[in-house]
Amino acid sequence: MNYRDLPSMPVAAQSTESITTGDWRTIRPVLNKDLCDRCYHCWAFCPDVSVIVEEEGSFPKVDLNHCKGCGICSTECSKQAITMVREDL
Amino acid sequence: MTDFQFPLPKEEYMYPGHSACPGCGEPISMRMLLKALGPDTIMNVPAGCCAVIPGVWPTYSLKIPLIDHAFECTGAVSSGIRAALDHFGKEDVTVVGWAGDGGTADIGLQSLSGAVDRGTDMLYIMYDNEAYMNTGNQCSSATPCGANTTTTPGGKSHQRTKKDVMKMMIANGIVYGASLNPAFPEDFMEKVVTAKGIRGPKFLHILSPCPSGWKFDPRNTIKIARLATETGVFPLYEYRNGETIFTKDLKNRKPLEEYLRLQGRFKHLSQADVEGMQRVLDESIQKLLKEE
Repeated sequence: MNYRDLPSMPVAAQSTESITTGDWRTIRPVLNKDLCDRCYHCWAFCPDVSVIVEEEGSFPKVDLNHCKGCGICSTECSKQAITMVREDL
Repeated sequence: MTDFQFPLPKEEYMYPGHSACPGCGEPISMRMLLKALGPDTIMNVPAGCCAVIPGVWPTYSLKIPLIDHAFECTGAVSSGIRAALDHFGKEDVTVVGWAGDGGTADIGLQSLSGAVDRGTDMLYIMYDNEAYMNTGNQCSSATPCGANTTTTPGGKSHQRTKKDVMKMMIANGIVYGASLNPAFPEDFMEKVVTAKGIRGPKFLHILSPCPSGWKFDPRNTIKIARLATETGVFPLYEYRNGETIFTKDLKNRKPLEEYLRLQGRFKHLSQADVEGMQRVLDESIQKLLKEE
Protein backbone atom coordinates (compact mmCIF):
# COMPACT_ATOMS: atom_id res chain seq x y z
CA MET A 1 0.00 0.00 0.00
CA ASN A 2 1.29 3.39 -1.02
CA TYR A 3 0.71 6.59 0.98
CA ARG A 4 -1.13 7.95 -2.08
CA ASP A 5 -3.82 5.31 -1.56
CA LEU A 6 -4.74 6.81 1.80
CA PRO A 7 -7.62 9.29 1.99
CA SER A 8 -6.61 12.97 1.79
CA MET A 9 -7.99 13.64 5.27
CA PRO A 10 -7.52 11.39 8.31
CA VAL A 11 -11.19 10.51 8.76
CA ALA A 12 -12.01 7.28 10.56
CA ALA A 13 -15.00 5.57 9.00
CA GLN A 14 -14.69 1.99 10.21
CA SER A 15 -16.06 0.85 13.57
CA THR A 16 -13.85 -0.74 16.22
CA GLU A 17 -16.08 -3.84 16.24
CA SER A 18 -13.57 -5.46 13.86
CA ILE A 19 -10.88 -5.34 16.58
CA THR A 20 -11.11 -8.44 18.75
CA THR A 21 -10.03 -7.10 22.13
CA GLY A 22 -11.20 -10.42 23.58
CA ASP A 23 -7.69 -11.70 22.83
CA TRP A 24 -6.40 -9.64 25.76
CA ARG A 25 -8.47 -11.61 28.23
CA THR A 26 -6.94 -13.90 30.85
CA ILE A 27 -10.10 -14.43 32.93
CA ARG A 28 -13.62 -14.90 31.60
CA PRO A 29 -16.96 -14.02 33.27
CA VAL A 30 -19.33 -16.96 33.77
CA LEU A 31 -22.96 -16.32 34.78
CA ASN A 32 -24.83 -18.54 37.21
CA LYS A 33 -28.43 -18.23 35.97
CA ASP A 34 -29.88 -19.62 39.21
CA LEU A 35 -28.56 -16.63 41.18
CA CYS A 36 -29.02 -13.87 38.59
CA ASP A 37 -32.01 -11.61 39.30
CA ARG A 38 -31.52 -9.51 36.13
CA CYS A 39 -30.73 -6.18 37.80
CA TYR A 40 -28.36 -5.44 34.86
CA HIS A 41 -25.67 -3.83 37.01
CA CYS A 42 -23.15 -5.81 34.93
CA TRP A 43 -24.57 -4.23 31.79
CA ALA A 44 -24.57 -0.70 33.24
CA PHE A 45 -20.95 -0.80 34.42
CA CYS A 46 -19.32 -2.71 31.55
CA PRO A 47 -16.58 -0.48 30.07
CA ASP A 48 -16.33 -2.54 26.89
CA VAL A 49 -20.02 -2.62 25.91
CA SER A 50 -19.63 -6.41 26.03
CA VAL A 51 -22.54 -7.39 28.26
CA ILE A 52 -25.47 -7.81 25.90
CA VAL A 53 -29.09 -7.79 26.98
CA GLU A 54 -31.27 -8.67 24.01
CA GLU A 55 -34.56 -7.60 25.57
CA GLU A 56 -35.79 -6.53 28.97
CA GLY A 57 -36.17 -9.54 31.24
CA SER A 58 -33.66 -11.80 29.48
CA PHE A 59 -30.40 -12.97 31.03
CA PRO A 60 -27.31 -10.93 30.17
CA LYS A 61 -24.87 -12.49 27.69
CA VAL A 62 -21.18 -11.78 27.28
CA ASP A 63 -19.65 -10.84 23.93
CA LEU A 64 -16.47 -12.91 24.24
CA ASN A 65 -14.97 -11.38 21.09
CA HIS A 66 -14.65 -8.02 22.84
CA CYS A 67 -14.74 -8.70 26.62
CA LYS A 68 -11.33 -7.78 28.07
CA GLY A 69 -11.97 -9.71 31.27
CA CYS A 70 -11.65 -6.82 33.73
CA GLY A 71 -14.08 -8.40 36.21
CA ILE A 72 -16.08 -5.26 37.06
CA CYS A 73 -19.28 -7.24 36.34
CA SER A 74 -18.39 -9.87 38.93
CA THR A 75 -17.59 -7.24 41.63
CA GLU A 76 -20.70 -5.18 40.95
CA CYS A 77 -23.10 -8.12 40.64
CA SER A 78 -25.68 -7.64 43.41
CA LYS A 79 -26.17 -11.43 43.83
CA GLN A 80 -22.56 -12.60 43.24
CA ALA A 81 -23.86 -14.56 40.25
CA ILE A 82 -20.80 -13.89 38.06
CA THR A 83 -17.53 -15.68 38.70
CA MET A 84 -14.29 -15.09 36.84
CA VAL A 85 -12.78 -18.28 35.40
CA ARG A 86 -9.22 -18.52 34.11
CA GLU A 87 -8.97 -18.94 30.33
CA ASP A 88 -7.26 -22.05 28.99
CA LEU A 89 -3.85 -21.38 27.51
CA MET B 1 -31.73 -3.33 44.44
CA THR B 2 -33.85 -5.87 42.67
CA ASP B 3 -36.82 -3.79 41.56
CA PHE B 4 -35.31 -1.71 38.81
CA GLN B 5 -34.81 -2.84 35.25
CA PHE B 6 -32.38 -1.07 32.96
CA PRO B 7 -30.80 1.53 35.21
CA LEU B 8 -29.78 3.50 32.10
CA PRO B 9 -31.30 4.15 28.64
CA LYS B 10 -30.88 1.12 26.39
CA GLU B 11 -29.47 2.88 23.31
CA GLU B 12 -25.73 2.45 22.84
CA TYR B 13 -23.61 5.20 21.28
CA MET B 14 -20.37 3.29 21.64
CA TYR B 15 -19.00 0.25 19.82
CA PRO B 16 -17.10 -2.52 21.62
CA GLY B 17 -13.46 -3.09 20.73
CA HIS B 18 -12.05 0.30 21.72
CA SER B 19 -8.48 0.54 23.01
CA ALA B 20 -9.00 1.34 26.70
CA CYS B 21 -7.17 -0.82 29.25
CA PRO B 22 -9.27 -3.54 30.91
CA GLY B 23 -11.26 -2.00 33.76
CA CYS B 24 -10.70 1.61 32.70
CA GLY B 25 -13.13 4.05 34.30
CA GLU B 26 -13.26 6.41 31.35
CA PRO B 27 -15.30 4.40 28.80
CA ILE B 28 -17.88 3.74 31.54
CA SER B 29 -18.32 7.50 31.97
CA MET B 30 -18.21 8.15 28.23
CA ARG B 31 -20.87 5.52 27.61
CA MET B 32 -23.15 6.93 30.34
CA LEU B 33 -22.61 10.48 29.11
CA LEU B 34 -23.56 9.61 25.53
CA LYS B 35 -26.63 7.70 26.73
CA ALA B 36 -27.75 10.86 28.56
CA LEU B 37 -26.94 13.29 25.72
CA GLY B 38 -28.25 11.29 22.77
CA PRO B 39 -27.17 11.35 19.13
CA ASP B 40 -27.26 15.16 18.59
CA THR B 41 -23.81 15.65 20.06
CA ILE B 42 -20.42 16.69 18.68
CA MET B 43 -17.41 15.81 20.77
CA ASN B 44 -13.90 17.19 20.64
CA VAL B 45 -10.94 15.61 22.41
CA PRO B 46 -7.30 16.61 22.93
CA ALA B 47 -4.36 14.23 23.20
CA GLY B 48 -4.55 11.76 26.06
CA CYS B 49 -6.35 8.55 26.90
CA CYS B 50 -9.52 10.17 25.55
CA ALA B 51 -7.94 10.43 22.08
CA VAL B 52 -6.96 6.76 22.07
CA ILE B 53 -10.17 5.26 23.42
CA PRO B 54 -12.52 6.49 20.66
CA GLY B 55 -10.28 4.64 18.28
CA VAL B 56 -6.94 4.33 16.63
CA TRP B 57 -7.23 5.35 12.98
CA PRO B 58 -8.82 3.96 10.75
CA THR B 59 -11.26 2.59 13.33
CA TYR B 60 -13.58 4.57 15.55
CA SER B 61 -15.70 3.55 18.53
CA LEU B 62 -18.37 6.24 18.91
CA LYS B 63 -21.60 6.72 16.98
CA ILE B 64 -21.37 10.53 17.11
CA PRO B 65 -18.94 12.91 15.30
CA LEU B 66 -15.66 13.59 17.05
CA ILE B 67 -12.75 15.96 16.34
CA ASP B 68 -9.26 15.14 17.48
CA HIS B 69 -7.02 18.16 18.09
CA ALA B 70 -3.90 19.46 19.87
CA PHE B 71 -3.49 19.16 23.62
CA GLU B 72 -4.09 22.79 24.63
CA CYS B 73 -7.12 23.83 22.58
CA THR B 74 -10.20 21.95 23.86
CA GLY B 75 -11.95 25.19 24.85
CA ALA B 76 -11.01 26.96 21.61
CA VAL B 77 -12.18 24.08 19.38
CA SER B 78 -15.46 23.88 21.33
CA SER B 79 -15.98 27.61 20.70
CA GLY B 80 -15.24 27.07 17.01
CA ILE B 81 -17.70 24.19 16.64
CA ARG B 82 -20.36 26.21 18.45
CA ALA B 83 -19.78 29.21 16.15
CA ALA B 84 -20.15 26.99 13.07
CA LEU B 85 -23.34 25.38 14.44
CA ASP B 86 -24.80 28.80 15.26
CA HIS B 87 -24.00 29.95 11.73
CA PHE B 88 -26.05 27.07 10.34
CA GLY B 89 -28.81 27.63 12.91
CA LYS B 90 -28.34 24.26 14.64
CA GLU B 91 -28.93 25.28 18.21
CA ASP B 92 -30.12 21.91 19.51
CA VAL B 93 -26.75 20.20 19.00
CA THR B 94 -24.66 19.80 22.18
CA VAL B 95 -20.93 20.54 21.93
CA VAL B 96 -18.87 18.43 24.32
CA GLY B 97 -15.21 19.10 25.09
CA TRP B 98 -13.84 15.97 26.75
CA ALA B 99 -10.37 16.46 28.24
CA GLY B 100 -8.31 14.79 30.91
CA ASP B 101 -6.97 16.37 34.05
CA GLY B 102 -3.66 17.23 32.35
CA GLY B 103 -5.46 18.68 29.34
CA THR B 104 -7.66 20.77 31.66
CA ALA B 105 -5.82 21.69 34.83
CA ASP B 106 -2.37 22.17 33.28
CA ILE B 107 -2.12 22.42 29.52
CA GLY B 108 -5.58 23.45 28.38
CA LEU B 109 -6.37 25.88 31.19
CA GLN B 110 -5.95 29.07 29.15
CA SER B 111 -8.19 27.99 26.27
CA LEU B 112 -10.82 26.70 28.72
CA SER B 113 -10.73 30.01 30.57
CA GLY B 114 -11.08 31.84 27.23
CA ALA B 115 -14.04 29.74 26.15
CA VAL B 116 -15.82 30.29 29.49
CA ASP B 117 -15.06 34.00 29.25
CA ARG B 118 -16.64 34.17 25.76
CA GLY B 119 -19.74 32.48 27.18
CA THR B 120 -19.53 29.58 24.70
CA ASP B 121 -22.55 27.28 24.98
CA MET B 122 -20.62 24.06 25.61
CA LEU B 123 -20.31 21.17 27.99
CA TYR B 124 -16.70 20.90 29.14
CA ILE B 125 -15.78 17.65 30.81
CA MET B 126 -12.69 17.03 32.87
CA TYR B 127 -12.34 13.29 33.43
CA ASP B 128 -9.97 13.06 36.31
CA ASN B 129 -7.59 10.11 36.56
CA GLU B 130 -5.24 12.23 38.66
CA ALA B 131 -2.06 12.05 36.53
CA TYR B 132 -0.87 11.90 32.91
CA MET B 133 -1.92 8.28 32.47
CA ASN B 134 -1.65 8.00 28.68
CA THR B 135 2.10 8.61 28.77
CA GLY B 136 2.68 6.39 31.78
CA ASN B 137 1.65 8.00 35.06
CA GLN B 138 3.41 11.36 35.36
CA CYS B 139 2.33 13.80 38.07
CA SER B 140 -0.17 16.50 37.06
CA SER B 141 -1.53 19.38 39.13
CA ALA B 142 -4.63 17.25 39.84
CA THR B 143 -2.58 14.49 41.50
CA PRO B 144 -3.55 14.17 45.17
CA CYS B 145 -1.06 14.74 47.96
CA GLY B 146 1.19 11.77 48.70
CA ALA B 147 0.43 9.77 45.54
CA ASN B 148 3.21 7.78 43.91
CA THR B 149 3.78 8.61 40.22
CA THR B 150 6.85 8.14 38.02
CA THR B 151 7.81 11.79 38.52
CA THR B 152 7.12 11.71 42.27
CA PRO B 153 8.65 8.32 43.11
CA GLY B 154 7.75 7.10 46.55
CA GLY B 155 5.08 9.76 46.81
CA LYS B 156 6.88 11.61 49.60
CA SER B 157 8.01 14.35 47.23
CA HIS B 158 4.46 15.22 46.26
CA GLN B 159 3.14 17.39 49.08
CA ARG B 160 0.95 19.78 47.07
CA THR B 161 -2.81 19.57 47.30
CA LYS B 162 -4.97 18.86 44.27
CA LYS B 163 -5.76 21.90 42.11
CA ASP B 164 -9.39 22.96 42.55
CA VAL B 165 -10.36 23.59 38.92
CA MET B 166 -14.06 23.82 39.79
CA LYS B 167 -13.48 26.82 42.06
CA MET B 168 -11.45 28.50 39.31
CA MET B 169 -14.23 27.89 36.81
CA ILE B 170 -16.90 29.22 39.18
CA ALA B 171 -14.85 32.39 39.58
CA ASN B 172 -14.45 32.42 35.78
CA GLY B 173 -18.23 32.53 35.27
CA ILE B 174 -19.65 29.10 34.41
CA VAL B 175 -23.46 28.78 34.56
CA TYR B 176 -23.46 25.17 35.75
CA GLY B 177 -20.86 22.97 37.38
CA ALA B 178 -21.06 19.50 38.88
CA SER B 179 -18.90 16.62 40.01
CA LEU B 180 -19.89 13.21 38.67
CA ASN B 181 -19.01 9.68 39.61
CA PRO B 182 -19.70 6.67 37.35
CA ALA B 183 -20.43 4.55 40.45
CA PHE B 184 -23.68 6.51 40.92
CA PRO B 185 -25.37 6.23 37.50
CA GLU B 186 -28.71 7.85 38.44
CA ASP B 187 -26.98 10.92 39.88
CA PHE B 188 -24.64 10.98 36.86
CA MET B 189 -27.48 10.89 34.30
CA GLU B 190 -29.52 13.50 36.15
CA LYS B 191 -26.65 16.00 36.20
CA VAL B 192 -25.81 15.51 32.53
CA VAL B 193 -29.46 15.96 31.50
CA THR B 194 -29.67 19.12 33.66
CA ALA B 195 -26.49 20.47 32.08
CA LYS B 196 -27.82 19.75 28.58
CA GLY B 197 -30.87 21.90 29.25
CA ILE B 198 -28.89 24.99 30.27
CA ARG B 199 -27.31 27.37 27.74
CA GLY B 200 -23.86 28.78 28.43
CA PRO B 201 -20.52 27.37 29.57
CA LYS B 202 -20.92 24.26 31.74
CA PHE B 203 -18.16 22.38 33.51
CA LEU B 204 -18.36 18.79 34.71
CA HIS B 205 -15.71 17.01 36.79
CA ILE B 206 -15.77 13.21 36.46
CA LEU B 207 -13.74 10.85 38.63
CA SER B 208 -12.14 8.16 36.48
CA PRO B 209 -10.17 5.50 38.39
CA CYS B 210 -7.19 4.16 36.43
CA PRO B 211 -6.22 0.54 37.25
CA SER B 212 -2.72 0.75 35.76
CA GLY B 213 -1.80 4.13 37.23
CA TRP B 214 -3.48 3.85 40.61
CA LYS B 215 -2.24 0.25 40.78
CA PHE B 216 -5.33 -1.73 41.75
CA ASP B 217 -7.07 -4.82 40.47
CA PRO B 218 -9.18 -3.82 37.39
CA ARG B 219 -12.24 -5.47 38.93
CA ASN B 220 -12.33 -2.81 41.70
CA THR B 221 -12.76 0.25 39.44
CA ILE B 222 -16.36 0.99 40.43
CA LYS B 223 -15.75 -0.06 44.04
CA ILE B 224 -12.93 2.52 44.33
CA ALA B 225 -14.98 5.20 42.58
CA ARG B 226 -17.81 4.58 45.05
CA LEU B 227 -15.42 4.66 48.03
CA ALA B 228 -14.00 7.99 46.82
CA THR B 229 -17.41 9.58 47.32
CA GLU B 230 -18.31 7.63 50.46
CA THR B 231 -15.07 8.63 52.21
CA GLY B 232 -15.42 12.28 51.15
CA VAL B 233 -12.34 12.40 48.88
CA PHE B 234 -14.54 13.18 45.90
CA PRO B 235 -17.74 14.87 47.14
CA LEU B 236 -20.63 14.97 44.67
CA TYR B 237 -22.11 18.44 44.33
CA GLU B 238 -23.88 20.69 41.91
CA TYR B 239 -23.22 24.40 41.39
CA ARG B 240 -26.03 26.51 39.97
CA ASN B 241 -27.11 30.15 40.31
CA GLY B 242 -24.35 30.90 42.78
CA GLU B 243 -25.25 28.01 45.11
CA THR B 244 -23.52 24.71 45.78
CA ILE B 245 -25.70 21.75 46.72
CA PHE B 246 -24.23 18.41 47.83
CA THR B 247 -26.07 15.54 46.14
CA LYS B 248 -24.59 12.75 48.29
CA ASP B 249 -24.43 12.76 52.07
CA LEU B 250 -21.11 14.03 53.46
CA LYS B 251 -21.86 13.72 57.16
CA ASN B 252 -21.63 9.92 57.56
CA ARG B 253 -18.33 9.12 55.92
CA LYS B 254 -16.34 5.90 55.75
CA PRO B 255 -12.75 6.03 57.02
CA LEU B 256 -10.27 7.27 54.41
CA GLU B 257 -8.07 4.23 55.00
CA GLU B 258 -10.51 1.97 53.13
CA TYR B 259 -10.02 4.04 49.98
CA LEU B 260 -6.24 4.41 50.28
CA ARG B 261 -5.40 0.79 51.11
CA LEU B 262 -6.98 -0.53 47.91
CA GLN B 263 -4.53 1.44 45.79
CA GLY B 264 -0.87 0.68 45.15
CA ARG B 265 0.00 4.35 44.64
CA PHE B 266 -0.64 4.96 48.38
CA LYS B 267 1.10 1.77 49.52
CA HIS B 268 4.04 3.63 51.09
CA LEU B 269 1.88 5.62 53.52
CA SER B 270 2.36 4.79 57.19
CA GLN B 271 -0.50 4.65 59.69
CA ALA B 272 0.48 8.13 60.95
CA ASP B 273 0.39 9.52 57.38
CA VAL B 274 -3.08 8.10 56.85
CA GLU B 275 -4.30 9.61 60.12
CA GLY B 276 -2.82 12.97 59.11
CA MET B 277 -4.56 12.81 55.74
CA GLN B 278 -7.84 11.91 57.44
CA ARG B 279 -7.51 15.01 59.64
CA VAL B 280 -6.82 17.29 56.64
CA LEU B 281 -9.79 15.77 54.78
CA ASP B 282 -12.14 16.22 57.78
CA GLU B 283 -11.12 19.87 58.10
CA SER B 284 -11.68 20.58 54.41
CA ILE B 285 -15.11 18.89 54.48
CA GLN B 286 -16.12 20.89 57.57
CA LYS B 287 -15.19 24.00 55.60
CA LEU B 288 -17.22 22.83 52.58
CA LEU B 289 -20.27 22.12 54.73
CA LYS B 290 -20.11 25.60 56.26
CA GLU B 291 -19.99 27.17 52.79
CA GLU B 292 -23.09 25.31 51.66
